[in-house]
Amino acid sequence: MDGMHDLGGRQGFGRVRYSLRAQTFHEPWEKRVNALYSLAVKLGIFNMDEYRHAIERMEPRHYLSASYYERSLTSLATLCVEKGILTREELERRAQGSFPLSIPSAPGRSNVAAREHFKPGDRVRVKTDYVPGHVRMPGYIRGKTGVVVSESPAYPFPDAHAHGVKAADEPTFDVRFSTEELWPNSADPAFVNVGVFQSYLERVT
Amino acid sequence: MPDQSHVQQTTASVEQRVDAIQAAFEERGMKPGEFVEEFRHLAEEEWVPENGARVVAKAWTDPAFRERLLANGREAVTELGLSMPAHHRHLVVLENTPTVHNVICCTLCSCTAFSIIGLPPDWYKDLEYRARVVRQSRTVLKEMGLDLPAEMEVRVWDTTADTRYMVLPVRPAETAGWSEDKLAKLVTKDSMIGVARL
Repeated sequence: MDGMHDLGGRQGFGRVRYSLRAQTFHEPWEKRVNALYSLAVKLGIFNMDEYRHAIERMEPRHYLSASYYERSLTSLATLCVEKGILTREELERRAQGSFPLSIPSAPGRSNVAAREHFKPGDRVRVKTDYVPGHVRMPGYIRGKTGVVVSESPAYPFPDAHAHGVKAADEPTFDVRFSTEELWPNSADPAFVNVGVFQSYLERVT
Repeated sequence: MPDQSHVQQTTASVEQRVDAIQAAFEERGMKPGEFVEEFRHLAEEEWVPENGARVVAKAWTDPAFRERLLANGREAVTELGLSMPAHHRHLVVLENTPTVHNVICCTLCSCTAFSIIGLPPDWYKDLEYRARVVRQSRTVLKEMGLDLPAEMEVRVWDTTADTRYMVLPVRPAETAGWSEDKLAKLVTKDSMIGVARL
């Protein structure tokens, strides 16, 4: 989905709030949230693709205003309710207030049947797919052309894995794009390498 | 009586919401308290940047290890007793040189090789870094204190799948003859993310 989470290349943001030796956690509850969603994954209640997608499904105003760990918390609670482990009523009764959850999911999709195999040096284009569910193609590479630099082992296909849809595992290809291709006349000169699932790619001949 | 059922309640605080889930897990026999303690140990003692620092120091002093690390990072780090979660099936080690600079990010969420380079710092997961570093890498790095010459090639790596990346920094020139332990102490998490050079 072309959601609020898909931030790469968005303009208007200010300086990175950087500090030396920056911390990961700031409040004790943050570690508990991280632990609780890890426990839910370990117990097989949901997988990491479902977890990421439930964050992406947060209402956009909530997504932008929430801290990183509030997003984790919202995903954890949403999936526990959707999977029937808990009810929203129970959560709100226990929390003594409203408990914002993510917006329901749109359908997922399986992978493409005829997938091409690429090797380093091949020129590829990212297909112009528009997907209502989970997808790991950042919007800034849609329709763009780059060069394959390496291949990964096969992974579960996220567009399916986040939705309980059956799909074969497939590799990702690290594809190198120039920023001039991605944002003509509007970016610092550099290469951006993106891990792109095989189903998202087509050969440029 | 007017219907009050659609009146918005006050949103519970994040702590109240976490407590609610933890208590519900507790009641269902999922033993969240024990797991929180286990996780605390992992986060504070196991997933630390000193792991990656050892990997870097070994790569600087052992050319054969460096070759193995660049060929298959996930397998090579096991030689140092390190490991990655099962779903991180691949570790790509990105070697900086005097003319090439690598920097990693995750624009869609905040993925990192956390068992090797440590859990990501707050700014890595924040909106600004995710939005800007792919498009304005040189500007963002300069703002963060790393001013790269125009002739240096910049390669940004966006962690959009479960392949993980780490940067192998350039060994500082003044460290000839240093031991691995002493070298490892130089290596920071930021240098393995690629927002600093050593």
